[in-house]
Amino acid sequence: MQMPDPDASILARKGHIVARLQEVLPKGAVISDISETRAYECDALTAYRCPPLAAVLPTSTQDVSAVLRICHEEGVPVVPRGAGTSLAGGALPTADSVILGVARMNAVLETDYDNRFIRVQTGRTNLSVTGAVEENGFFYAPDPSSQLACAIAGNIAMNSGGAHCLKYGVTTNNLLGATVVLMDGTVVEMGGAHLDAAGLDLLGVICGSEGQLSVVTEATLRILPKPEGARPVLMGFDSNEVAGACVSDIIKAGVLPVAIEFMDRPCIEACEAFAHAGYPMCEALLIVEVEGSPAEIDEQLGLILQIARQHNPVELRESQSEDESARIWLGRKSAFGAMGQINDYMCLDGTIPVTALPMVLRRIGELSKSYGLDVANVFHAGDGNMHPLILFDANKPGDLELCEALGADILRLCVEVGGCLTGEHGVGIEKRDLMVDQFDPADMEAQMAVKDVFDPQWLLNPAKVFPLASSQSRRVARLAAE
Amino acid sequence: MRPETETELAEMIAAAQGPLAIRGGGTRTIGQKVAGEVLSLAGLSGISLYEPGALTLVVKAGTPLADVEAALAAEGQRLPFEPMDHRALLGTEGIPTIGGVVAANVSGPRRVQAGACRDSLIGVRFVDGMGTILKNGGRVMKNVTGYDLVKLLAGSFSTLGVLSEVSFKVLPIPDATKTVRAYGLDDVTAVRAMSAALGSPFEVNGAVHHIDRQGGKSVTMLRVEGFTDSVAYRADALCKLLGGNGDWQVADADWLWARDVQPFVGAPGDVWRLSIKPSDAPGLVARVAPLDALYDWGGGLVWLRVAEGTDLRAALGAFSGHATLIRASDETKARLGVFHPEPAPLQNIANGLRGKFDPRGILNPGLMG
Repeated sequence: MQMPDPDASILARKGHIVARLQEVLPKGAVISDISETRAYECDALTAYRCPPLAAVLPTSTQDVSAVLRICHEEGVPVVPRGAGTSLAGGALPTADSVILGVARMNAVLETDYDNRFIRVQTGRTNLSVTGAVEENGFFYAPDPSSQLACAIAGNIAMNSGGAHCLKYGVTTNNLLGATVVLMDGTVVEMGGAHLDAAGLDLLGVICGSEGQLSVVTEATLRILPKPEGARPVLMGFDSNEVAGACVSDIIKAGVLPVAIEFMDRPCIEACEAFAHAGYPMCEALLIVEVEGSPAEIDEQLGLILQIARQHNPVELRESQSEDESARIWLGRKSAFGAMGQINDYMCLDGTIPVTALPMVLRRIGELSKSYGLDVANVFHAGDGNMHPLILFDANKPGDLELCEALGADILRLCVEVGGCLTGEHGVGIEKRDLMVDQFDPADMEAQMAVKDVFDPQWLLNPAKVFPLASSQSRRVARLAAE
Repeated sequence: MRPETETELAEMIAAAQGPLAIRGGGTRTIGQKVAGEVLSLAGLSGISLYEPGALTLVVKAGTPLADVEAALAAEGQRLPFEPMDHRALLGTEGIPTIGGVVAANVSGPRRVQAGACRDSLIGVRFVDGMGTILKNGGRVMKNVTGYDLVKLLAGSFSTLGVLSEVSFKVLPIPDATKTVRAYGLDDVTAVRAMSAALGSPFEVNGAVHHIDRQGGKSVTMLRVEGFTDSVAYRADALCKLLGGNGDWQVADADWLWARDVQPFVGAPGDVWRLSIKPSDAPGLVARVAPLDALYDWGGGLVWLRVAEGTDLRAALGAFSGHATLIRASDETKARLGVFHPEPAPLQNIANGLRGKFDPRGILNPGLMG
């Protein structure tokens, strides 16, 4: 993945820039020694690394504003960073950039149960937002797999989802307001504890903009009352087609499970070997979870099982206890760990129309064969968000490139059937060059025009989202202006 | 002008020499009056794609809302956000279109639980002010590919682009609906009860309250939907939960009166819409002493009817949220502004975006102020 050459004039001014940042931030909040900036050289897409010019760790919106004002004046690119869990390289620095990490900004600012919101600094981790309200019977709905580690800042940047968004939506549906800092240091309030925007929905475009429009320092999040209970059922099928049809029938029947997870045979085998969850060996496995009171759960699961039986399942396992529920989820939740055990892997994130599921799985199988790399499929079937895991050997020369090429072909397939490149991970650098497969030049131009308005110098999170060739004229304009 | 295809729409906008007044069904006369040639979307009609098993619908922007709802109902599905019909309230005639619903981001009582129109909207096709056809989002419900212009277009009243096609995530129509109702609650007690209900695990998807300012009689309603037994269980559980705040009974009730703000229909005065933190609602209402007030979204939305020409924002003073002037004379709208004034940096961004998407300033110019 190509990144632009660093700006030599910025590298030459490192001492001056660091000194200015040190003037406005507390001691220890500016990291510039190469031995320490290395900690910020990559995120969870570890194949790409580059230490930044410096990293700053502010503790307040005012700090962030001061940092951005200086970087704006100095013409220095800024890469916002939450917890660094991006799988798309969303927080990958360039050598001439300052990493702005919000990890130290993790306070709960306000909780309001009557009005059902919480206001937090965005460095707070996703799970600890729920942690702050669960004693009172509430939770924060978006639940990305990395929720133990990932920060709300990154969730907002990537508009993160999770396993339960079929029912509860993704970040943008649960974000009520935000304090954002523009690249020139201006602090702006968007939204709040009330619903909907007064004018244009600017918060809606900030969410999912991958840190390229502003830095979000505080967020007002919708919290929801916890359901009385939840229970999963596990079903095994002889073919992907049948499992896919079963998903469709469940949805059509009017049941809205909170989660429908799908695993194919390679994934089932790997998970079983790793976690010993007692999964049946079959072609496709579904985990369907419903919520409510015990009676409501019985009613919903009754209907789901009735539908499943019409598809001749090889296995139907209804959880009878907390312990059994945990075992049903165990294999699925360890899918990524299981893959990591076998090999290096790349996790894709394309979304497809649910109806295209069997065809897409068949085509992925064919692509996998022709590339000679194994692919295991695990995904959120209710909403069509797939996570094909491509296994490769990072130590084998050329294998990473082969894996990337296969990944690109799978994502193009997602687009071809009416889906998209990324459902919840974001474009980052990983899918940057595939944007041309989903969007016409005019479509990308319209998106870049939005960035022109928020960040006219194109300093925030450079070289992400848009192919370098598409953003070239803007980046050249910035350099020329210096 | 009345294009029959997206291409024609693009050609007409590209060729336009002056301002255009973009029109769906013409039933939602929200915003400042636009002086310009009428561009009707009524010719862009029809369902492009509907996959009930994937809960997705793609439809041309000029399609009558009633057609969309009928097609969904035939498969036992619906738009989750319960868009209101503005005709009676605004005294308009015509046929509401799905594009108009999106352009005004119209939602109803279920918005409190199911989200607004913008939350169900998963894709748009539109034509910008230069006549360029653009798309964003798509037909899948999880999509973070590129910036989310879908949200930006929802509620932009065709000032950034003219919608040609919109895609939605739809939901099944539940088997059963029950209302839990109490009479005689004052505003403070009603909001407290609605908050308790919305903060319970019983999945309340409607919470409205209205006091007849003449008769003094009030009604507060909560709604639960789902499978029959589940609805009965939750309705009963709510009655028990709220027992300390009034006499709550399970009922079958109509919700259209609340969705369409029917108590205000035919009554004189200007109509405002307040979006606020629910617990602030009773205090703010008391502060302005309106002719009438209807609480929706558990108090998060308050419809107010006040004497013609009243500067409601001045009467409210500082508050967090926003006030939109929905129904008033052109003179009052021009004098007070329809949309809530925003801080300068936000206004600058909004102006900057309009400058990019509609550099000639011909799409509903001035409608949003």
